[in-house]
Amino acid sequence: MTLIIGLGVVLVLAILYLIFRIGNLVGLVKAKTQEEEDASNGLHGYFFMFFTAGGLLLFFWYSIKYWDSYVKPVASKHGAITDHLFWITMAIVVISFVIISIVMFWFTFKYRYDKNRKAEFFPDNHYLELTWTIVPAIVLTLLIFKGLSSWNDITSPAKPDAEVIEVIGQQFAWTARYPGVKDNELGVFNFKLIDATNEFGLDLTDKNAYDDFKSLELHLPPHKEILLKIRAKDVLHSVFLPHFRVKMDAVPGMQTHFKFEVTKSTSEMRAETGNPNFNYEMACTEICGKGHFSMKFPVFVHDTEEDYEKWKASQESWLKQNPDYLKFVPANLREAALIKSGLPMDQAVTTTSVSLN
Amino acid sequence: MATVDIHAHPPVPHHDDHEHEHEHHHGNFWTNYIFSQDHKVIAKQYLITGIIWALIGGTLSVLFRLQLGFPDADLSWLRPLLGGWIVIDPATQVGKLDTEFYLALVTMHGTIMVFFVLTAGLSGTFSNFLIPLQIGARDMASGFMNMLSYWFFFLSSAIMFTSLFISTGPAGGGWTIYPPLSALPQAISGSGLGMTLWLVAMVFFIVSTLLGGVNYITTVINLRTQGMSFSRLPLTIWAFFFTAIIGLLSFPVLFGAALMLVFDRSFGTSFYLSDIYIAGEALAHEGGSPILFQHLFWFLGHPEVYIVLLPALGISSEIIATNSRKPIFGYKAMIGSMLFIAILSFVVWAHHMFVTGMNPFLGSIFTLLTLIIAVPSAVKIFNYVTTLWKGNIVFTPAMLFSIGLVSFFLTGGITGIFLGNSAVDIQLHDTYFVVAHFHLVMGSASFFGMLAGVYHWFPKMFGRMMDDRLGKIHFWLTFIGVYLVFFPMHYIGIAGFPRRYYSWTNFETFGGFTDLNMLVSVAAIATLSAQFIFLFNFFYSIFRGRLAPANPWNSTTLEWTTPRFPGHGNWIGEIPSVYRWPYDYSKPGAKEDFIPQTIPYSETPESNFPHENELIKLEMSNGSTIVVEERKDHGHH
Repeated sequence: MTLIIGLGVVLVLAILYLIFRIGNLVGLVKAKTQEEEDASNGLHGYFFMFFTAGGLLLFFWYSIKYWDSYVKPVASKHGAITDHLFWITMAIVVISFVIISIVMFWFTFKYRYDKNRKAEFFPDNHYLELTWTIVPAIVLTLLIFKGLSSWNDITSPAKPDAEVIEVIGQQFAWTARYPGVKDNELGVFNFKLIDATNEFGLDLTDKNAYDDFKSLELHLPPHKEILLKIRAKDVLHSVFLPHFRVKMDAVPGMQTHFKFEVTKSTSEMRAETGNPNFNYEMACTEICGKGHFSMKFPVFVHDTEEDYEKWKASQESWLKQNPDYLKFVPANLREAALIKSGLPMDQAVTTTSVSLN
Repeated sequence: MATVDIHAHPPVPHHDDHEHEHEHHHGNFWTNYIFSQDHKVIAKQYLITGIIWALIGGTLSVLFRLQLGFPDADLSWLRPLLGGWIVIDPATQVGKLDTEFYLALVTMHGTIMVFFVLTAGLSGTFSNFLIPLQIGARDMASGFMNMLSYWFFFLSSAIMFTSLFISTGPAGGGWTIYPPLSALPQAISGSGLGMTLWLVAMVFFIVSTLLGGVNYITTVINLRTQGMSFSRLPLTIWAFFFTAIIGLLSFPVLFGAALMLVFDRSFGTSFYLSDIYIAGEALAHEGGSPILFQHLFWFLGHPEVYIVLLPALGISSEIIATNSRKPIFGYKAMIGSMLFIAILSFVVWAHHMFVTGMNPFLGSIFTLLTLIIAVPSAVKIFNYVTTLWKGNIVFTPAMLFSIGLVSFFLTGGITGIFLGNSAVDIQLHDTYFVVAHFHLVMGSASFFGMLAGVYHWFPKMFGRMMDDRLGKIHFWLTFIGVYLVFFPMHYIGIAGFPRRYYSWTNFETFGGFTDLNMLVSVAAIATLSAQFIFLFNFFYSIFRGRLAPANPWNSTTLEWTTPRFPGHGNWIGEIPSVYRWPYDYSKPGAKEDFIPQTIPYSETPESNFPHENELIKLEMSNGSTIVVEERKDHGHH
């Protein structure tokens, strides 16, 4: 079988080569006249026109027909602003692209070689050059100002009452850590304390750590400023929440953050898209190894803030799930740890303190 | 005569060493073709090595496009080529590309195309070939260093090529080799020996680039022939000159970055590493910053875009002017915009890092500087279009590829306006929108510049013509193919599809576009196949092509005044002097539609402008006209 295919390929190549040789020899014998040369040269002018017309038609047809498949609905406050800027830029860019393309390919058609014509000696024109330096400069200045004002808003410090949630990337999964309802503060962590169970590297000498809880799904409140604190355990990762227009790298050794406000709950989005199975998702957008493409983190936006708070209150603290680690809590904080984590008070009797080092 | 002549050209060395050309013929095979110091031979060595790399790089891309376009296909037929990298599912017997090898393919495709094809293959080929020929020099300032430059590149190529075949696979952390991924073999197997070889190869590559660059700059400054002032340099030379300066200033930074990465990997330093817990243990590294590496990498990485692009723009300027039979519009503006781009290219690097955790204030600054670079780029496009206006356009294959280049430069360039704006970049960063952008503006545009250059200067390189029809078929298949490959990626990118994904099926958000991805893959295969037409044409024409006329494109520049097969030293007898700029096409009143740079104004009274008539006196006073007469004497012999 392979042999037959191989022979077939060789045969086709041989035939192509023969056609090429014969064409060459015929060309040598029957030298083209100048008119024929001009006509075959001019052909490419026509080709460029067909190409432009066909290409632009395809471009507009696809862009309109499949609008819904490539335009993702937006569900965050700043996302609406950056989307707006995106589409303004798109309008400017498409208009210039279409005009310049048409003009350029029209010129290739109109000014294709003609032996009776002489090209115009037109080495420069300062007015023209000044115009197309200044006009793009002005347009770009406008885009820069609009872009920078949104950028400054997006990257300005979060409000003090923003909902703080930590997201941690590792090969090849995400986890979230919530500050817990008792103190609403994230506890201190240290990468040297990380082990198979203590995946956050929680430092249990810090009393803010006791009510922190872990979630394998990112739960978010609607209409409230959220401050995502982002870190990575091993290599670079990147938090990408496509519907919220959020993206920020997770960097080992350096905490990053992104603040945003979600405007549509999961159920609202299900209604809007008409897809009852719609779910928000978080992805990784920084190459991180063989499982890079599989780092999905489910995202759920509650209908109301109260609903979100209720969910938070229903979660077990990390310490409660792993009472063994109570031994790392200094003796004087043991009681606070039990109260905050929600462990029963008699747990303290069975645990003896172990020094962290 | 000869003594008069020497006095006429005191600043130009090697000007009258007639013995020089004869040396060449005494060399043996090794000194003539392998360890040659002739810039033309070195250029061809770069070109052929570059073509081989382009084939490898293109094939790698088709391999990963197979996965992306046909995610369910059985790839077990690739086992003879890829061996264990095709993983056979024991239950279904279906062969799939290994996920880690997929990343290695992506990484090596990028590395090969950016450095080995578009830096060495493009700039190495044409800077070497054209600088001495177009400025009127016998050779590079240092032929020996030039030879070393190629052989360091060869050594680098050999190491990089070897890394494709090792059992742990080649580097797989992306062509940007961001640590910690690239520093930790625990994180990805490609970061073992593969990454070591990558780094060693790149160190030699940088040495090669620097040896070449020093030579290009020195040659352009010192070895221009009589009359070849900077304002009479063809735009190709300006482009190569700026490119070499950019390379000389930016590549050492990559060298430093790579060296520190080597230290982090092998000697326990913590330049880039900190707070890492991997494979069940916390590493000792503390205090380093992965962001530092990104700054250093992109300090080269962004100028690198222009190292790749400027030579292509120089080549297309030359070809578009020649084949429009018109002077390039705005010669000075073209130089100015290239200079401006070259300067700005050093202060825009962090636009690759808007969402890496870098201080957002820096993001603002880099947005501003990045979008400024669109202005000189726009000027270039408008100048190209105006050059076509009222031209008399001859569609040689080189011209077709140059027009294609301008089209890609436009289509790919304008999407930079989205990406350079930090607020808009948040969503688009690391999606297929970026892939579409840089493949068009830098990859395809530069690649077309390289092909245009090959078609245009092939007659000078090999003394024979390439087949015109095959060239044109090659153009149309490639031009349409490239658009079909990269245009659909904009939609996929706007929809948020992240790059470097083996598959998107894990996500509901990234469902769909299977048809578009299939189209892209089919187009990629077709485009790669079309390159075999070029390969056939290229190698066939070297041996069997029609013998080239002296000046096949009726061009004005100096290289066309050399013999059909120029020996080492380029010109027999005197190096011609230059009297005018290189773009006297279709000058009003002139007999022909081009006047070569070697024709003095005193010989063209019918087409001279008033200020040019003034220059005739200067031509007389410095004795240059005597040379002209002498050349005529030669003609009579």
